[in-house]
Amino acid sequence: MTELAIDAKELTRTFGSFTAVDHITFDVHAGEVFGFLGANGAGKTTAIRMLTGLLRPSSGSARVAGYDVATESESIKQVIGYMSQRFSLYDDLSVRENIELYGGIYDIPRAELRQRVSDVLTQLHLENAEKELVRSIPLGWKQKLAFSVALLHNPKLVFLDEPTSGVDPVTRRQFWELIYEAAHRGTTVLVTTHYMDEAEYCDRISIMVAGKIEALGTPADLKRQAGVSSVDDLFVALARSA
Amino acid sequence: MSATPSAVSVKDLTKRFGNALALDAVSFDVAPGELFGFIGPDGAGKTTLFRILVTLMVADGGSAIVLDDDVVRDLWSLRRRLGYMPGRFSLYPDLSVEENLGFFASVFGTTIQREYDRIAPIYSQLEPFKTRRADALSGGMKQKLALCCALVHKPEILFLDEPTTGVDAVSRREFWDLLSRIKGPELTIVVSTPYMDEADRCDRVALIQRGKILAIDTPHALTAAFDRPLFSIAAADRYHTLQAARGFPRVQAVYPFGATLHLTDARREVPAAQTVAELSSYLREHGVPDAHVEQTPPTIEDLFISRMGAPDDRVVA
Repeated sequence: MTELAIDAKELTRTFGSFTAVDHITFDVHAGEVFGFLGANGAGKTTAIRMLTGLLRPSSGSARVAGYDVATESESIKQVIGYMSQRFSLYDDLSVRENIELYGGIYDIPRAELRQRVSDVLTQLHLENAEKELVRSIPLGWKQKLAFSVALLHNPKLVFLDEPTSGVDPVTRRQFWELIYEAAHRGTTVLVTTHYMDEAEYCDRISIMVAGKIEALGTPADLKRQAGVSSVDDLFVALARSA
Repeated sequence: MSATPSAVSVKDLTKRFGNALALDAVSFDVAPGELFGFIGPDGAGKTTLFRILVTLMVADGGSAIVLDDDVVRDLWSLRRRLGYMPGRFSLYPDLSVEENLGFFASVFGTTIQREYDRIAPIYSQLEPFKTRRADALSGGMKQKLALCCALVHKPEILFLDEPTTGVDAVSRREFWDLLSRIKGPELTIVVSTPYMDEADRCDRVALIQRGKILAIDTPHALTAAFDRPLFSIAAADRYHTLQAARGFPRVQAVYPFGATLHLTDARREVPAAQTVAELSSYLREHGVPDAHVEQTPPTIEDLFISRMGAPDDRVVA
């Protein structure tokens, strides 16, 4: 039996009379790259907030890295990483200071942190830019740095929110190589995006429509079943039938 | 005034911000009635270019003529004739849909009623929500309202700066469908996007990177200009396959592409079947028993990658 990084059963969240997440059941295997898709307002953000221990479910359950999201949310925060397109790094701190700050927040011992900082700088070829303010470095570097920082405490699972929007196609591929490499080392990666070509890079995807998971599987299987040639076509077909 | 052969004619347009060269001698033409797209990542110079073309910024060098009007000398004439939708949502969040549109109409001395026919294809979708505040609209609806406001004074040309960025797939598709419906001999549309897969919605596109145009042509001609066979590799373990393929002695470039990897052979003259056979056996010998190699048609993104990597990035229009 393979270990599950996420095991959600009938997970539900209501706000008043509105059901934002409606009995979703899915699992994500350890080391998998999983795409979590849905239109604006489909319930992705609410689901992610429950899976990261920031919001209690109304009903149903979910375990993340073995911990219950309702009762063990503090343990979950220790074993997950999070990277968002909008906010991940401090613009007015240097590259090195950003890495050290996150190391401090996650209580990484000083000697170990020194080694990790140097590893990250080497891996990203940022040795000569460590004193640069993050504000002044190119977007592609920022995104790679934000990803490395999200992985600094060796989380079991990392959440990526639209990680590559706006970067050039070569930088974007370098970013996906970092994702594959992390997955290869056993880190589970959950990517939320509404850019469908990004979905094709994932091992499996789910598509949420109006609070429910309407499709779950490998991009290839889902396209074959629906008789469409791209995840974009599949997504539009599902969303329009809602 | 004589009939203009081009809706937009730009020559050697250059703009600096301090040491950064935002636009580096950019030249191109847009034909009347065209739906013309600028495709490139953040920082390519798209927004700077649009600001110069809509008379909100002055270039450091070169010239730009829009609808026969010089963007500097004839700005007051030109401003009445163009519509502009900036990249950042720029309507009034605390005014309703109807109030926003009415305001933009009044600035140009007209009314919603008088312009109804022109904006009907879009406004009819917004009308059920006309009393809703703009900040309470979904991302897709905001973009439609902004498009409506840019159209309400009957411009002859529209400049839309990244209208589909941050909008979900369904709304993006609806937005492009709308553009196809409203473009025509009376309305030229110039649009920018960071998303390569939107190129196919344009009549012609310019690929732009670091202030330079890498290529300009129809989407079909651009992919046809890819100068060698392209191969896709499918295998269960993409990470390992990528490492293995990098060692292929004949490899020119290999990179992840969706569910597969894309690879080009450094030997341009070799038949595709030979590369398929050699690469398949190489991968089998190097720990990828399930590799499936086949020739695949290049996409705009493949072309962008190949041009970006080229040492000489001259305009090839």
